[in-house]
Amino acid sequence: MNNTQILLSAKTLNIQSCIDWIMSPESGGIDVFIGTVRNATKGKPVLKLDFEAYEPMAISEMEKISRQAFEKWPVQKILIHHRTGTLQVGEVPVIIAVSAAHRDAAFEACRYIIDTLKQTVPIWKKEAFEDGEVWVAAHP
Amino acid sequence: MKINVLAFGVAKEIFGNSQVSLELTNDATIYNLKYLLEQQYPRLKQLASYMVAVNNEYALPGDTIHERDEIAIIPPVSGG
Repeated sequence: MNNTQILLSAKTLNIQSCIDWIMSPESGGIDVFIGTVRNATKGKPVLKLDFEAYEPMAISEMEKISRQAFEKWPVQKILIHHRTGTLQVGEVPVIIAVSAAHRDAAFEACRYIIDTLKQTVPIWKKEAFEDGEVWVAAHP
Repeated sequence: MKINVLAFGVAKEIFGNSQVSLELTNDATIYNLKYLLEQQYPRLKQLASYMVAVNNEYALPGDTIHERDEIAIIPPVSGG
């Protein structure tokens, strides 16, 4: 599909190339969400994050979310890029970009995609603190 | 039948491996699989929740497992 670009990568994500891909003459606006590695969780300093994915399923779940967004909103293009591997504070684990003729659809679809990705896509992150490592959300 | 179960994230640490193999009856369901795994790896029960995927799709407890299915344990996801 040339209106969808999905990528799972162990390499640094390129924000500018995402924006270049999502822009088009038909669009009236683009929405870009960039996730970044925060330096603390509940006040505790975070040293780094490790991301692991069940790759074939993660790709198919991201494709599913993209199809749902196309069904729900009049959007033109959808891009979802996600990292695997070790990320330092300030690095970018996820980029979502959406283009549409009008901004409401782009804003809403972009939010839907990141919110749903966090609930359904089989990707896991482990936070490294000074005193040990924790798989995020694993335990109640 | 013998099946392999893939593990990710915290489940990989609980199993001590990225996959384990199990002997299941031929008409076993996801429910049966979870029960058996929880007997062998009680720490699974301490997770907030976990799902099972069959051939890259989330499965329901009543779904039947077939011999060459790709089975994976999906602990609570935390991407993004």
